[in-house]
Amino acid sequence: MKKPNNTIDIDTDNYERYGFHTPEKYLVKLPKGLSQQVVAEISEQKQEPDWMRKFRLNALKLFARMPMPTWGADLSGVKFDDIHYYVRPTDRPKQNWDDVPEEIKDTFDKLGIPEAEKKFLAGVGAQYESEVVYHSLQKQWEELGVIFLDTDSALREHPDIFKKYFATVVPPGDNKLSALNSAVWSGGSFIYIPPGVHVTIPLQAYFRINAQNIGQFERTLIIADEGSNVQYVEGCTAPVYSSDSLHAAVVEIIVLKGARMRYTTIQNWSRNVYNLVTKRAFAEEDALVEWVDCNLGSKITMKYPSVFLKGKGARADILSVAYAGEGQHIEAGSKVFHMAPKTTSVVVSKSISRAGGRTSYRGLLRVSPKAAGSKANVRCDALLLDENSQTDTYPYMDVREDDISLGHEATVSKIGDEQLFYLMSRGLSESEATALIVRGFIEPVVKELPMEYAIEMNRLIELQMEGSVG
Amino acid sequence: MDSLDITALHVSVKDKEILHGLTLSVPRGEVHALMGPNGSGKSTLANALMGHPGLTVTQGDIRWKGESLVELSPDERAKRGLFLSFQYPAEIYGVSVTNFLRMAQAARLGNDTGSLTDFHKDLKEQMKLLEIDPSFSKRYLNEGFSGGEKKRHEILQMGVLKPEMAILDETDSGLDIDALKIVARGVNKLRGPERGMLLITHYQRLLNYIVPDRVHVLMNGQIVMSGDKDLALELEKNGYDWVKETTASG
Repeated sequence: MKKPNNTIDIDTDNYERYGFHTPEKYLVKLPKGLSQQVVAEISEQKQEPDWMRKFRLNALKLFARMPMPTWGADLSGVKFDDIHYYVRPTDRPKQNWDDVPEEIKDTFDKLGIPEAEKKFLAGVGAQYESEVVYHSLQKQWEELGVIFLDTDSALREHPDIFKKYFATVVPPGDNKLSALNSAVWSGGSFIYIPPGVHVTIPLQAYFRINAQNIGQFERTLIIADEGSNVQYVEGCTAPVYSSDSLHAAVVEIIVLKGARMRYTTIQNWSRNVYNLVTKRAFAEEDALVEWVDCNLGSKITMKYPSVFLKGKGARADILSVAYAGEGQHIEAGSKVFHMAPKTTSVVVSKSISRAGGRTSYRGLLRVSPKAAGSKANVRCDALLLDENSQTDTYPYMDVREDDISLGHEATVSKIGDEQLFYLMSRGLSESEATALIVRGFIEPVVKELPMEYAIEMNRLIELQMEGSVG
Repeated sequence: MDSLDITALHVSVKDKEILHGLTLSVPRGEVHALMGPNGSGKSTLANALMGHPGLTVTQGDIRWKGESLVELSPDERAKRGLFLSFQYPAEIYGVSVTNFLRMAQAARLGNDTGSLTDFHKDLKEQMKLLEIDPSFSKRYLNEGFSGGEKKRHEILQMGVLKPEMAILDETDSGLDIDALKIVARGVNKLRGPERGMLLITHYQRLLNYIVPDRVHVLMNGQIVMSGDKDLALELEKNGYDWVKETTASG
C-alpha cells in the first residue's frame, strides 16, 4: 500500500485547520443567547402555526428549569449564552470553492468523496448535479407516497401527520438538551413511509443538499408505517466544520407493526463541538429498529440511541463505534426498554481510544414484568492504542421479569506487540498494521454500513493511524 | 551468491543474553536445517532475524545480500525478501485471510504486484496444493484456526509472498503425520535457486520430508556442529547429549 506524501493529521484542531470563513452577510441572524423573544422570533421567521410557537416557548421554560446533566462527560465548557440560536438557512453565506484550504480538499480526496459532496461539506453550497439526483429520486419516492423533506417544510406541507407524531417519542422535558432543541429546533429530516412500502435505496441526508441538514439544533422525525422498510443515512466521514460549539439534535422514530427501520450515522464533527444528541425509537409489534452509530469527531459526545420495544416480538439492534483521540471524550451507549413479551435486543459497542482520548459506554437495559420470553444481549469491546488513553463501561440493568435470557460481555484489549510484529513481518508498516487491527476490530459494525461509507470509514481509520506514529 | 550471513551474533531479551556469538550463513538456493534442544535459542534466532521489537542485538551482525538488517524494522526486512513462518502466529480479528494476503503482497512487491485476477488464481492454486478448503480464505486471520491450519496458512503465505529467504520456525510442531506431509509438499514446491530457507526444528522427523542441504546444531546460543543431512540422522539416533559429549571432548 502506498503512503500518501502529505499525511494529514486529523487530530490537529479542526478549528485551526478547517476554520475557513468568509465575511458573514446574514440577512437574519438573531443575537447570541436565549430568551422568549429569540424563540418567538424563530417561530415568526418560519411562519409557524400557533401550536408550534407555544410548544417552543413551553420548552424554553422547561429548559430554564432543568439541570445540566452531571452524571456523564464534563459539560462545563458549554456556554449557552454564547451561541447563535438561529440563522436563516437560505441566508447562509455562500463560499467559493477556491477559498477552501488545500488541506481540507486533500482530505476529501483521500476519503474519495464525490465532487458535489465535497463542495457541500466545505460550505460552498448547493450543486446542480446533486439537485438533479435529488429531484429524480424525489419523484420516485413521491410515486410511492414516501415523504422525504426537511422538517420545516414537512410542518408546512404535511401538518396533520406532523402534529400526530411530533414530540411523542422525545417530549421536550425528557432532558435539558431535548428541551433546548424543542425550543430552537431548525432543519433535520422528516420521513414518512406508507404501509407496505419498501424503499430499497437508503435515504441520505446528503441528497437534501439544499436544506439545512447539518444544523446545530436539527430535529428529525421518521415514521415507518405498518410493514414498511426503510434505511436512513446521515453524516459522512469527512470532518464537518461548525463555528458554533454545540450540536443538540433530537431524533424521533416510530416504527409501526411489522415495519423495519435502520438509522445509520457517521459523525465527524470538528473537535470544538459538544455533540449532545437524543435519539429514540418506538418499536411496535414485530417491528425492527436498527441504530448503526459511528462517532469519530467532536470534543465531547453524549449519545445513547434508545429503543422502546412496545409491541410483542419487536426487536432492537444497536451497533456503535466510538473513536476518541487527543482531547476527546466520546460517551456512546444505548438504552433498551423491553415492554412487551418476546422482544429481543442486541447491543454491540466497539470503542477505540488513542493519544489520551477517552471512550465510555453507558448502557441501560430495562425489562418490565410484561416482557416474558424476551432476550437481551449486550457486548462492549474496547481497544486501547496506548497507555495514556482511557475507556470505561457503565452498564445499568433493571430487570423485573424472570422468564428472560440475558447476556452481557465486556472486554478491554490493547494492540499486542505480537500482533504488530506478525503483520509487520509481512511487510506492513507500523501504522498500516495498527490500522488493519483497528479495522478488524470494528468490522462487525462497519460491514453493516453502505459500501461507500464503509470504504470511507476504513480510509479514515487509516488516516487517523498515520498520525499515530512517527 | 546472495546469502544470509549471521556473524558473531549476540541477542538479549531484556537483560538476559540468549544468543552468544552465533555465526551461520545460508546461501540463497539452499535449504539449511537448524536443530537444537529446548531453550537453545532457536526461536530467539528466528525472531531476531525478522526484527522482533522485544529482542536486542548487542553485538555482531545480520546481513542479507551484504546489507545489514540490524537497524531495519520487520516490514523493511520483509520488503527486502525475508519471511518468517511463525511457530505461534498471532490472531487478528475481523481481517480476512484474502484481504490480508493481498495487502501483504502489495506491501512486499510494491509496484510489481500483479493483477487481482492473477492473485486469486495463484491463491487458489496454492490452497489446493496445501489441501486448504476454499472457505478458509474468508475466515479471519488465524482466528479459531487449529494448530495444523495455522501452520498450513503460514506456508500458504510463503507461497503467495514468494520471499527470497524464508525462516521456518518449528513448522512441524503440533502436526500429525498427514498434515506434516502436506506442509512438506508445500515447502518443497517452493524450493529452488531463487529461494533460501532456514528450517528450525527440534526433531529430525520433518527432515525426512524436506531434505536439507546442510544441518546445524544450536546449543546454548551458539552453533556447535554443522554437517550434511546425515548429521540429523545421527542426532536422532544419539540425542543431543551426544553432541555435548562430542563437542566437549573435541
